Amino acid sequence: MGEISRECEVEMLYKMMLIRRFEEQAEKLFMKNLVHGTMHLSIGEEAVPVGSIFAAEKTDYITSTHRGHGDMIAKGGDIKKMFAEFLGKETGYCHGLGGSMHIADFSLGNLGANGVVGAGIPIATGAALALKMKKRKDIVLTFFGDGAANEGTFYESLNMAAIWKLPEVFICENNMYAMSSPVSKFVATKNISDRATAFGIPGITVDGMDVVAVYETVKEAVSRARKGKGPTLIEAKTYRYRGHSKSDKNLYRTEEEIGEWKKKDPIINFVKRLKEYEGISDKEVEKIEKSVTQEIEDGVNFALNSSESSADTLLKYVYAEEGEE
Amino acid sequence: MITTYKEALRQAITEKIKEDKNVFMIGEDIGVYGGAFGLSIGMLDEFGPERILDTPMSEASFTGVGVGAAIMGMRPIVEIMFSDFITFGADQIINQAAKFRFMTGGQLKIPLVIRTPQGSGTGAAAQHSQNIEAWLLNIPGLKIVAPSNPYDAKGLLKSSVEDDNPVIFIEHKLLYSTKGEVPKEDYRIPIGKSKIVRSGNDVTIVATSIMVKRSLEAAEMLEKEGIEAEIIDPRTLKPLDINPIVESVKKTHRLLVVYEGCITGGIGGEIISRIGESEAFLYLDAPLFRLGGADIPIPYNLNLERKATPQIEDIVSKAKEMVGDDWYARISRDA
Repeated sequence: MGEISRECEVEMLYKMMLIRRFEEQAEKLFMKNLVHGTMHLSIGEEAVPVGSIFAAEKTDYITSTHRGHGDMIAKGGDIKKMFAEFLGKETGYCHGLGGSMHIADFSLGNLGANGVVGAGIPIATGAALALKMKKRKDIVLTFFGDGAANEGTFYESLNMAAIWKLPEVFICENNMYAMSSPVSKFVATKNISDRATAFGIPGITVDGMDVVAVYETVKEAVSRARKGKGPTLIEAKTYRYRGHSKSDKNLYRTEEEIGEWKKKDPIINFVKRLKEYEGISDKEVEKIEKSVTQEIEDGVNFALNSSESSADTLLKYVYAEEGEE
Repeated sequence: MITTYKEALRQAITEKIKEDKNVFMIGEDIGVYGGAFGLSIGMLDEFGPERILDTPMSEASFTGVGVGAAIMGMRPIVEIMFSDFITFGADQIINQAAKFRFMTGGQLKIPLVIRTPQGSGTGAAAQHSQNIEAWLLNIPGLKIVAPSNPYDAKGLLKSSVEDDNPVIFIEHKLLYSTKGEVPKEDYRIPIGKSKIVRSGNDVTIVATSIMVKRSLEAAEMLEKEGIEAEIIDPRTLKPLDINPIVESVKKTHRLLVVYEGCITGGIGGEIISRIGESEAFLYLDAPLFRLGGADIPIPYNLNLERKATPQIEDIVSKAKEMVGDDWYARISRDA
């Protein structure tokens, strides 16, 4: 399909399925009270992180959000360490200190999910500034939602990234609702990407249910950023099938609406297209599904069999000691 | 060399920028203008616009830019023009910088300094005169430094830039023009070490920032009346180096804490609590006292502004009261 190789497409499908199954499994673990606190699922939105992250290099960076499991998985996150973190285990990404909202893997270039809406955007901008100062060629993708697009940090950071021509791509995962508030209620313009005009940078709205469209749009923005031409604001229109968090009773939208969006399911439609254009067989899809199931199962078992975070973890990471890595 | 507090800070920044390619300064009007207090005048010419980085009026985000750059291995020095405006950057300081290392299980370090001038005495009214250390004292993950003289200012700022944790570096506006000896050779003052700045046997005065200067002047007056005050400057407010204070109180049997911030919920309450919990409590000959700012916004009128914070005469009279009275006799008298 276009410029994406078949091999890459299969990998993208794998990651999208992995995100979907991971979150379904996480939801089950939550229902069994094995995961506590809160959890924000991105089921339905998988095309955005996968399309975006595959459009960048592995060495590039991202900042993520409270709804960031997909970002971490697309970036190559270890499913075992993710489940272990959800279960509050020592072997988790953050040794059980962060949980679902604070997954990070610096070695993979994920500079962290964030529990505060809009807070990751200036951090990404600072990371992009550092890359520019260090004269590195890497770029930063910053993910945030339509809710964050109404935070002051969004405007301030877009402006700074624009005036300094920073190597950054702003990716708004517009899933139509900021908690219970529809975008139409709190955004006066037709598209969130229209706001880019105010900062003199390109703003593009893309179908966030179409992984190839996301890939192609982000690819161009990444290239622009890497060439030193500055940031782009991309709005990927997508939809979350589940509620905002575990407390959501879906009082603000209808089953019909959810059903309409499910018809545009990013995974089902991508499979269809792969069959049509790349001649991928049912058997091949089945093989991918099996392998995803195995990875999920291994991850859950690893997490269940890991030990609880130990008490000495409690004080260990509050401050960095001198000479510590 | 006799140097001003402002010049000492300037030297620390200049030397660190020269020494370490990862150090840069970021803030509002720090370039051509030299910052609201002229601290960085000329630095733009010396180091260029990348390392003396002027920002738009966007404290919430340029503080976050500092966090993001720090996690990528830079050592940013963020300037918040007036400490009062730190409220804009509060999320990035409190929820991000202070917690990021912990939340990610130690995956990263945040070598970030946030410098900010604070305090009253300039007639600038309620939104340009506050003391903000109390707002941040109960945020784990932060360090808070507040030097009272040029020597400490330079040594502590260098240590702060070299520290791998977020440091809130509080400067006092009234101290900028004060002078003191600053050696030519390179040195550091370690974070987390208090200093006995005057020895005495009758009363321990723990004073912070501008109040160290006022307490030293008060001590001169007390000496004439036969009272020897021991003065301790914590220099770092978080983490607090309490042991020298405990030892001093065991010797003098009296403790007065003097600070400019509003008295309620401030550093004074913290120091006094720790002494109350220590063995020094058993040595006390007088109640533990605080002299802090009044619980009011800083007023514009100069006379009223002066009344809102502890002055030399207040320190003198409180110390005299503490030393002069037999507190145990007072109890039986009142009973």
